[in-house]
Amino acid sequence: MTTEVAVRVEDKLFYNRYLVDAGRAHIKVRPHTTPTPQLLSLLKACPARCYELNDKGQVEITADGCVECGTCRVIGEASGDIEWSYPRGGYGVLFKFG
Amino acid sequence: MIEERFDAIVVGAGMAGNAAALTMAKRGMKVLQLERGEYSGSKNVQGAILYADMLEKLIPDFREEAPLERHLVEQRFWMLDDKSHVGLHYRSDDFNEEKPNRYTIIRAQFDKWFSSKVKEAGATVLCETTVTELAQDAYGKVIGVKTDRRDGEIHADVVVLAEGVNGLLGTRAGLRERPKPENVALAVKEMHFLPRETIEARFNLKGDEGAVIEAVGTISRGMTGMGFIYSNKECISLGIGCLVADFQKTGETPYGLLERFKQHPSVAPLIEGSEVKEYAAHLIPEGGYNAIPQLCGDGWVVVGDAAQLNNAVHREGSNLAMTSGRIAAEAIFQVKSRRDPMTKENLALYKKMLEDSFVIKDLKKYKDMPALLHNQSQNFFLTYPQLVSKAMQNFVRVDGTPKKEKESSTLRSFVNARSWTGLFGDAFRFARAWR
Ligand SMILES: Cc1cc2nc3c(=O)[nH]c(=O)nc-3n(C[C@H](O)[C@H](O)[C@H](O)COP(=O)(O)OP(=O)(O)OC[C@H]3O[C@@H](n4cnc5c(N)ncnc54)[C@H](O)[C@@H]3O)c2cc1C
Ligand code: SF4
Repeated sequence: MTTEVAVRVEDKLFYNRYLVDAGRAHIKVRPHTTPTPQLLSLLKACPARCYELNDKGQVEITADGCVECGTCRVIGEASGDIEWSYPRGGYGVLFKFG
Repeated sequence: MIEERFDAIVVGAGMAGNAAALTMAKRGMKVLQLERGEYSGSKNVQGAILYADMLEKLIPDFREEAPLERHLVEQRFWMLDDKSHVGLHYRSDDFNEEKPNRYTIIRAQFDKWFSSKVKEAGATVLCETTVTELAQDAYGKVIGVKTDRRDGEIHADVVVLAEGVNGLLGTRAGLRERPKPENVALAVKEMHFLPRETIEARFNLKGDEGAVIEAVGTISRGMTGMGFIYSNKECISLGIGCLVADFQKTGETPYGLLERFKQHPSVAPLIEGSEVKEYAAHLIPEGGYNAIPQLCGDGWVVVGDAAQLNNAVHREGSNLAMTSGRIAAEAIFQVKSRRDPMTKENLALYKKMLEDSFVIKDLKKYKDMPALLHNQSQNFFLTYPQLVSKAMQNFVRVDGTPKKEKESSTLRSFVNARSWTGLFGDAFRFARAWR
């Protein structure tokens, strides 16, 4: 039980329905050279694993699989690391059960 | 700008927003409700246990038509270590009553039905519309909302903020702070589908009877958190949530916790062979009484999760949401009936009525619990579950050790782990926070 379990979040997100608002990301990461601790914590805290590190060591977001929970806003908006909004009406995740 | 003017605009069509819109529309007020989802419910996540009493106050005969899953006859509390669980189960045939007290529901379906009642009562419900900002006059009074539709500004005498836990619009308008990481939990949840008979056999149920399990222990890895397993008709809702501050501190992943919870030897047989059809995540307000923001101001009130009205100890949220939505609507109607303006002073009637209800009374009772559980999370969520499991195993395993030796070894393990002062301190602090 103490061993790490390998989880592929992409497989989980695959169950969900989304209507992606192409070209209108609802969350933006402030451009940076070195990420703050807040930004780094999002790599693990985001339940849809939207945050990834690029080859330059900067945190990037791809919000297509976002489930709109608000966790990254609670962690990273106060410090100005991210800008957070809901998607436009009708777009984003569409829960069948919730 | 849309020229039409409304008595009230309700932002959000969740439990709180639907209760508020329904109550005002039934009283003949001109209500506009705005929801960003495709339909009411398409963005909403819950366990979900529905408490009948609070819905009955809004729709007395809801049992005849609401999409309900199972009425609950059994509640289990589990304390888990890595391989075992110690359980307290309460089951009673009394719960097979004519008007059961608790049901499981599926939010996307339930909210859609609830919303149909709001429309029937005469409210205008506009979905697929995200409110982007509150419209304020030069003095800061809220006079309406701005939306992402063309000509998106709409005016009303009062805005009911039922926007859910994130409280984005309230924060943007400077009416409140953003929720803090130590005051909200992130929960992840999956829907596991199985044939009806399989669920009934595994949970020992007949017909529409249901059982629910709440679990704490090593599954949250020392973080303040809880798991849940709820039986629906043809699926099982399973999830786990922990404080965002704890995720931030420990670097644990939410889906990693969920996976380990599913693999726990007490849990795995319940969902074996199931087909997962959805993965969802949502925040839960857990700061309790001390985290409640301003409840009203000039031209606005805030209800439900947006007001952080959630009782984490009893896992009640939707009922506080429905009740606060209804009470806010009744207060607004009273102010309107007197032809008084929707000022902060007049709308304070909502705050007063809410304080007289179970909502604020319950949250006040547990006001010290969130901080206690957060500060002592290692003890309450890791050390004690392990100790209790060890003690139980020591008690039931028959291996020729004299009982007296067994008892003193159990006692020793508690004292070694927490010391006498630690044990008494924890008991005292817990009792005081519960009182
Ligand atoms: C995993 C989990 C399990 C839970 N289990 C239980 C349980 O078993 N029993 C219980 O009683 N409670 C439970 N709760 C708590 C319960 O779900 C909430 O307390 C309840 O949903 C709050 O209702 P609400 O109307 O305030 O917010 P929500 O239901 O979140 O509704 C908010 C609505 O506003 C809309 N909205 C938000 N912003 C905008 C905007 N800018 N423009 C337009 N629309 C907007 C959203 O789309 C949404 O429809 C649980 C919560 C979670 C996350
Ligand atoms: S809102 Fe939630 S799911 Fe979306 S990016 Fe932020 S943390 Fe991830």
